[in-house]
Amino acid sequence: MIKLIGVLIIVIGFIFRLNTIAVVLIAGLVTGLVGGLDFTEILSTLGSAFINTRYMTLFLVTLPVIGILERYGLRERAADLIKRIKSITVGRVMITYLVVRELAAALSLRLGGHVQFIRPLVFPMAEGAAENRYEKIDEEDIEKIKGYAAAMENYGNFFGQNVFIAAGGVLLVVGTLGELGIEVTALEVSKSSIPIAIIALVYAMIQNYILDKRLDSKYKRKNTESAK
Amino acid sequence: MGKILLEGLYVLAGLICLATAYMAIKDKEHPAKFGTSLFWMLLAATFIVGKYLPPVVVGAVLLVMGGLTAFNQVKIGTLKNSDENFRIEKSKEIGNKIFIPALTIAVFAFGIAQFTDLGGLVGLGFGAIAATIIAMLMTKAEPKYIPYDGSRLLQQVGAVSILPQLLAALGALFNAAGVGEVISSGISGIIPQGNILAGVIAYCVGMALFTMIMGNAFAAFAVITAGIGLPFVFSQGANPAIAGILALTAGYCGTLMTPMAANFNIVPAAILETKNKNRVILTQAPLGIALLITHIVLMYIWAF
Repeated sequence: MIKLIGVLIIVIGFIFRLNTIAVVLIAGLVTGLVGGLDFTEILSTLGSAFINTRYMTLFLVTLPVIGILERYGLRERAADLIKRIKSITVGRVMITYLVVRELAAALSLRLGGHVQFIRPLVFPMAEGAAENRYEKIDEEDIEKIKGYAAAMENYGNFFGQNVFIAAGGVLLVVGTLGELGIEVTALEVSKSSIPIAIIALVYAMIQNYILDKRLDSKYKRKNTESAK
Repeated sequence: MGKILLEGLYVLAGLICLATAYMAIKDKEHPAKFGTSLFWMLLAATFIVGKYLPPVVVGAVLLVMGGLTAFNQVKIGTLKNSDENFRIEKSKEIGNKIFIPALTIAVFAFGIAQFTDLGGLVGLGFGAIAATIIAMLMTKAEPKYIPYDGSRLLQQVGAVSILPQLLAALGALFNAAGVGEVISSGISGIIPQGNILAGVIAYCVGMALFTMIMGNAFAAFAVITAGIGLPFVFSQGANPAIAGILALTAGYCGTLMTPMAANFNIVPAAILETKNKNRVILTQAPLGIALLITHIVLMYIWAF
């Protein structure tokens, strides 16, 4: 039982928001010591696993080009494209963004973010769609739309990212299983993430469809003819 | 061949770390220039000469790096992006072509993995090099921005960039210390050995619950895979690629439902000024639960 102290240290460390890297290292050291390893063995185990898994941090070689593209307006261009989409319902604004976000994640494009896209772009567009479609919309539903807008960013990010062959999650699976003596390739792992990427998208579509239906039945539709 | 090329790419990654160390030390207004510079220099060393160092030395280097982050000595400097007007103007001028270099990385990574035996990582590296060349031709940016913007982004990502590697190392250490056996012997009292469905449920639900407690699916993966995945799923003949990635995304279902994942769930609620700070979690919970159940079904049917 005492060997689980490392797990306990990690849980406590995360709950109290202590420095993650320090928590992980301390959990490792303590676990090694109670597991009967001596200090040199612990350092050797850590060191050789770290060197064996350098590929997990190979994404560093992509940072210069992404930085340069950002310098020349990559994000601004993406925002521009999303703005041009004409969507008539709240749910369709959400789904359009989710599709773009998930594809971007699958291609490892670092486009997205609650600060960069949801607050300045997706939420105002969804709110605008609601205001155009319904005569009035109460605060409670505006609040719900905010929740949906933030959720789309997470859905797309989480379930799209592993389709990319060198995603952090893919390499973590390859590396962790490798350290446990099971060999897999990054290509196999990333291909295996595709069904869940699609299913998550379908579930989100259903969730947004239900939202649209609920708003449609709750509020009176604006007479679009006279609104023009 | 793939191995040699990969070593070359590690050297390249190391050079980017060295550039970052240099930029940090030259940065007059950097809030922690010495610590930051030392951190990236040490990471550069693991990339460039790590293979030739005794593992015990690398382990000691990791402790130093951990100490630097624990005492908050690794910080973001003052490297700047271009100003907004310039970015808007350039994005209009370049148009959608700006996405080409970014797509190049993905196309190379997948293409080289699929059609050669060099592996996706070599593809990622070559893709990055090709993308950099295309981007330089397209934007006509000064070459000094290659190390500058690389360092700018790396300092933004910060010390957590090494977290996946550290977690894998932690998994190795847990394994050496026999932590997996303790967890699995505890759980085998509850789960009947040899029952595939029970193992799959324990692995997926364990990932989701542990991620909810820790707020981090990567950390949960190292622990739960050693404790539950190995004895109850992989040892029963699961396809490791399928069961492995499904376990990780089962953890992500947990991420959708926990305030512990503050940067995904709580901070965005604040950014959007919601009245209920758990608004994002409330929205995500139904999908999280449905998707977790789907993970169990999919792993049971598809991985066996």
